[in-house]
Amino acid sequence: MSDDVAIRVRGLRKAYGDNVAVADLDLDVHRGEVFALLGPNGAGKTTTVEILEGYRHRDAGEVQVLGIDPGAAARGSAARTVGNAGRDWRSRVGIVLQGTGEFDELTVAEVVHHFAGFYPDADDPDKVIARVGLAGKARARTHTLSGGQKRRLDVALGIIGRPELLFLDEPTTGFDPEARREFWELIRDLAAAGTTIVLTTHYLDEAEALADRVGVIAAGRLVEVAPPNRLGNRQEALATVSWRTPEGKLESERSATPTALVTELAARFAGEVPGLTVTRPTLEDIYLQMIGHR
Amino acid sequence: MTTTTKPAAPVTAVAPNRRPGPARLALRQGRLEIRQFLRSRESVVFTLGFPIIMVLIFASIFDDDLGSGVSYTQYFITGMIATGLMTVSFQNLGIWIPIERDRGVLKRYRGTPMPKWVWFAGKVLMVLVIGVVMTALLLAVSVALFDLRLPSTTAAWLTFGWVSALGITACTLCGIAISSLARTARSGSAVVTPIALVLQFISGVFFVFTNLPTWMQQVAAIFPLKWMCQGLRAVFLPESFGAQEPGGSFELTRVALVLGAWCVIGLVLCLTTFRWTSRRDG
Repeated sequence: MSDDVAIRVRGLRKAYGDNVAVADLDLDVHRGEVFALLGPNGAGKTTTVEILEGYRHRDAGEVQVLGIDPGAAARGSAARTVGNAGRDWRSRVGIVLQGTGEFDELTVAEVVHHFAGFYPDADDPDKVIARVGLAGKARARTHTLSGGQKRRLDVALGIIGRPELLFLDEPTTGFDPEARREFWELIRDLAAAGTTIVLTTHYLDEAEALADRVGVIAAGRLVEVAPPNRLGNRQEALATVSWRTPEGKLESERSATPTALVTELAARFAGEVPGLTVTRPTLEDIYLQMIGHR
Repeated sequence: MTTTTKPAAPVTAVAPNRRPGPARLALRQGRLEIRQFLRSRESVVFTLGFPIIMVLIFASIFDDDLGSGVSYTQYFITGMIATGLMTVSFQNLGIWIPIERDRGVLKRYRGTPMPKWVWFAGKVLMVLVIGVVMTALLLAVSVALFDLRLPSTTAAWLTFGWVSALGITACTLCGIAISSLARTARSGSAVVTPIALVLQFISGVFFVFTNLPTWMQQVAAIFPLKWMCQGLRAVFLPESFGAQEPGGSFELTRVALVLGAWCVIGLVLCLTTFRWTSRRDG
């Protein structure tokens, strides 16, 4: 396994009874990249990520996360050597789960300081609290935090151990737009510092805003992996040019050379083309097409 | 902090390990658990308050003489100490662990490099500290208001120590084990409370054990609480009262054996059934 691969998955399969959650999924995530697993609810995002995090057992397939099989790390108690390897591995991986447990009776600072003690090379808890924007809430009991603030605390606990790889499972669900923007800044900040980030989201704009590469997952399969601007060959998709004829009828034509078409139209109308629009499929159009909604 | 110099340390073994050692990890975890317990009003009222309130009520109502110079109050207080030990361990854990599991607190711990045993150690330390505090409070109230005589011999104090320690260990392990039965946060209490209540009625806490129907005594004798009560009676009641016990004496050896067996059963159940995530979490 080469050094620049953070995650390597081959033929991953997981079923709950008859319900196949993940079917033959292959995935590579490089070190230092921000990878978004994009898909609708129930597509298998969380199952996939929780297998990578060592929380769930897989039915079949090969999985390597930072060079370790998380399934073995999760079974840590079986053998002491594996247990130690599992712990070392755990200290290199940060996890922000979907809706994680709160410590209602404790303050933000108490929780972050406590978790810092679990890691061999933990970051300064107070700095981390400031970094996630909770400095003003450090002495507040966690049950008094808003949903967005709780999520920030989750992130603080995810990054307190200075992870090489950070998992974020639907990190901004339920955020207001401003909170999301701020959160995105935090993620970019972490990515800029070299942390490999794998996030799941069902927000297209989030994947587009943050990810170097997006993996679209639908019905347990990875349908496509590409940088957001190349998803579904978007940059090569035909443009649609529409205009109105002198009689007021709407005409449209798909074209690989829309500029030429517009020039031609301009000549035909001797100036302004009535009702002229030039459009390309949005990422959303392509995404909806990929996950089977048209 | 001191650094030990390893003469032939290989170059690859880098990064000074700043993680606290095992003992310190466990102590930190215990402190955190105790802090959470004391800040949770429900815990303090139900766990710490319950046995004291019961002693205040029952000891004030009943004042019969049970023979051998033993009053009902004394008998009842020993039972309440045993109940208190069971409450801080079995009920406390059986109710709170499902809540923490359901909230995903346990799952979060599993995502860190914290060794698993540290979490258990934290719970055990919490139970021990709260158990000692509660026993001390109960003794203080009973001595001040109801003339309880404290043990006068070292041997009696030692018995008090080992019966309490074995009893609380068995109940702690059973509490952790039974926490896995609850499917949701709320059902922990529904699983644990009836068991605890029934045991209190049949184990000689509210009623004098030998006054109970024989079949009830036999059922109670399967479970730890009866033996904890009996062991504590050996500590607080006169030796002569032992003749009134079902076995004709306080049977301390049998107390140790049964409680020890429950420790083993509880431990095996913990090791085989404990879950870090809730059922719907797979």
